[in-house]
Amino acid sequence: MAEERDIIVGIDLGTTNSLVAYMGDSTPVVIPGEDGSNLLPSVVALNPDGKDFTVGNAARKYLIETPERAVYSIKRLMGRGLEDVQDELKLFPFRLSENLKPGEVLRIKLGDKEFTPPEISALILRQLKRNAERYFGAPVTKAVITVPAYFNDAQRQATKDAGRIAGLEVLRLVNEPTAASLAYGLDKKKEGIVAVYDLGGGTFDISILKLHEGIFEVIATNGDTHLGGDDIDNLLITIALDDIAGDMKLDLRRNAEAVQAIRKAVIEAKIDLSAREKTTINVELPGNKKYLREITRTQFEQLIEPIVQRTAGPCRQALADAKLTAEQIDEVVLVGGSTRIPRVRMLVEDLFKRPPHTEVNPDEVVALGAAVQANILAGGSKATEEMLLLDVTPLSLGIEALGGVVAKIIHRNSTVPASATEHFTTGVEGQTNVAIHVLQGERELAKDCRSLARFDLKGIPPMPAGLPRIEVKFLIDANGILHVSAREQRSGKESEVEVKPTYGLTDEQVEKMILDSFDYAEEDFRQRQIVEARNEAETILLALEKGRRNPAWNQLSETERKDIASAEAELKQIKGGEDYRLMRDSIEKLNHVTMRLADLMMSSAVGSALKGKDMQDLDAEGPTAPHPIAPAEIEN
Amino acid sequence: MKLFMATETHIASAAKNAEDTVQCWSCDTLFPAGSHFCPHCFKVQKPVAADYFSFFGLPRKLNLDGSTLEKEFYRLSRKLHPDLFVRATPQEQEWSLETSSRLNDAYRTLKDSIARTQYLLSLEGVQLEEQSKAATDRARQTGEEKKQVVPPDLLEEVFELNMQLQELRMSAEKDPEVIAQLETAKKNFETRLQGLHFELKKLWDAWDQAINRGVPSDDPERLQVRNQMVDLLNRRSYIRNLVRDVNEALQN
Repeated sequence: MAEERDIIVGIDLGTTNSLVAYMGDSTPVVIPGEDGSNLLPSVVALNPDGKDFTVGNAARKYLIETPERAVYSIKRLMGRGLEDVQDELKLFPFRLSENLKPGEVLRIKLGDKEFTPPEISALILRQLKRNAERYFGAPVTKAVITVPAYFNDAQRQATKDAGRIAGLEVLRLVNEPTAASLAYGLDKKKEGIVAVYDLGGGTFDISILKLHEGIFEVIATNGDTHLGGDDIDNLLITIALDDIAGDMKLDLRRNAEAVQAIRKAVIEAKIDLSAREKTTINVELPGNKKYLREITRTQFEQLIEPIVQRTAGPCRQALADAKLTAEQIDEVVLVGGSTRIPRVRMLVEDLFKRPPHTEVNPDEVVALGAAVQANILAGGSKATEEMLLLDVTPLSLGIEALGGVVAKIIHRNSTVPASATEHFTTGVEGQTNVAIHVLQGERELAKDCRSLARFDLKGIPPMPAGLPRIEVKFLIDANGILHVSAREQRSGKESEVEVKPTYGLTDEQVEKMILDSFDYAEEDFRQRQIVEARNEAETILLALEKGRRNPAWNQLSETERKDIASAEAELKQIKGGEDYRLMRDSIEKLNHVTMRLADLMMSSAVGSALKGKDMQDLDAEGPTAPHPIAPAEIEN
Repeated sequence: MKLFMATETHIASAAKNAEDTVQCWSCDTLFPAGSHFCPHCFKVQKPVAADYFSFFGLPRKLNLDGSTLEKEFYRLSRKLHPDLFVRATPQEQEWSLETSSRLNDAYRTLKDSIARTQYLLSLEGVQLEEQSKAATDRARQTGEEKKQVVPPDLLEEVFELNMQLQELRMSAEKDPEVIAQLETAKKNFETRLQGLHFELKKLWDAWDQAINRGVPSDDPERLQVRNQMVDLLNRRSYIRNLVRDVNEALQN
């Protein structure tokens, strides 16, 4: 009997447009939406009823009509923190939540609801998932999703989280230029050195690959995750706004609807100029006014020159890293809508000393490539049985060492999976924890690199300083995501590794965000969160009441009792409110200050087997899972 | 970031190497230790604790044919890459992840002539830290003296170079004569580096011959070749740092 094969789709989650594609036995095809369109604009809007969402083409009108309830280019915020996005905020109408702290995952507002970027991306993915399910008449739960090659660990993790939230098992993240080369290479049965120049809506990647007998080996990759068609649009919008302010004495900068209308018009003009030598920007402004401005291709090219030039540096660096000259490149492939601009094509031709290939569809080739990779993972077909992808990590991985310097342990452009083993020891007698700060980037100082995560290695057996020998293994998997494991070699004990991802969601947070298979509209997500948090608050407060009547209470110090009382009072106050995040923080705080009380109560009652439980667990009837927010504990 | 669930499949300690045969977890066939796959059912096995040379089934020799190595790298990649284990058991997935990362690390190291030499020397118990860029930067940061070994025959040149660099840094106006001198010095060093490359090749041949003859590791001749390679790499590293310093100064 033939083995039932799961459907694995390939998804291009783009800044401007998203697509889903599938490869059966022969060639990959893009799966269209209900409206017959292959491209799903990456636009999400919260409906007027405040419960449902609109995704795609239909959402674009909301951008103009109710811009405070709609968002586009969410990919720009994935895996990034408050400090990173200050520049974006000046140019994009992202409405961030008010009380964000540095190092926290961003939250944006749609109407009066808040969402993290992975949740918004999940809505786009869910729409694509539905489109695929409609096409197959069967469930689709597995996917390959593409990411810019230059995406860092946090950005990749955020993309995986988005997949999970949307109900998709993400079997692999594939770098966009590599995916494009798969679709291209499959088609042409190519051998040789290929450069993929990928300029999309928000990101730029350049990858140099060696194609040989079905193996697609990336030699070097470089890019800029902050550079794309959006930047060109913003430039034109700024000029239009200045024009309007000057000529018509109207300052429309704060008028969200007007800005979106202008945006729509400049994008149309930009596209027009790829085919024509001149065009007119034509916008309906509020108060029945019209803004008309003619613009020639020459003027346009002068305006965008600095933006286009920004792609040259990464190209040269990639060639240098690959130890190749432009002449040694056999073919150049263009990917991404922005490569339709004639000036961009000229620059590519100048850089690589040959005309680029333009016959691939720059909008669809990445999704098609993702479908090819999905096919390989599913077991392959005749067309892909000889194909294998060998990709690289785009950024060096390092550890912060004394003096704020970065010690690189895995170098950029290393083929993945890649690993490195480092040894650490303690500085103080009896030290049981060691903190490690991991970063990504090429700079020499930690402050100039991107913070990836901080690790606490716990459970180190107490020994004189300098004696423990902790072996830490860093492994970057085929998705480009880092995994860490640690072992104290003298005792052979596995160290508990507590991860504090910078800008990341914890597993528990993602679990809570997973959208149900039935319509989102049927649950008010936030209300449920509030109810659950309140229940937990009640549980722990009740347990504390019991705790006060327990003889163990008298064993606490004055300070401890004061801390408990203050945390308790705070929680009592907060639980009546609507902010479930504050509630959880407060619950965690109370948990923390009552840890010792819980321990004392347990040891007097049952014995050491139950040590480590907290107040909530003591109150429960039977075995309970630790509180979701408590750090993961690996049992010995 | 994910927690890597540590299990007993961490690289086996040296003790395991004493065993000559291993039993396949899937079909129970016995086969010699050191193989990545079962020769009978071809299932991937527990990762082998091996140095990079053994991983590729190569002796510890320094001359290496790049294209043969590449072919073997591709061949092993086609069998070990995680993409091929997506529908396999979690155990196999873990093992293929580990072994393929070893494969990539080994290939990357053996492919580059300097990295290969450094790796072999580290297997022979030698540390090349002092000249590393990391050490240089650490020293820069803390203001401490780096453990520096100035090759004696370069002492005079280095002294003069440092003077020229100092002069360039101090003066507001960039004296074209000093710049020309630095350019010449740079070319000089680059020629030296090329010379070192040939010298290294000769040492490789000497080393490989010693290995061919089965000379033991404490043999004085073998040790001499080893030490000469250490010296050469240190010199090379030192000179490269100088070139780098000159480049930096000229750019500013």
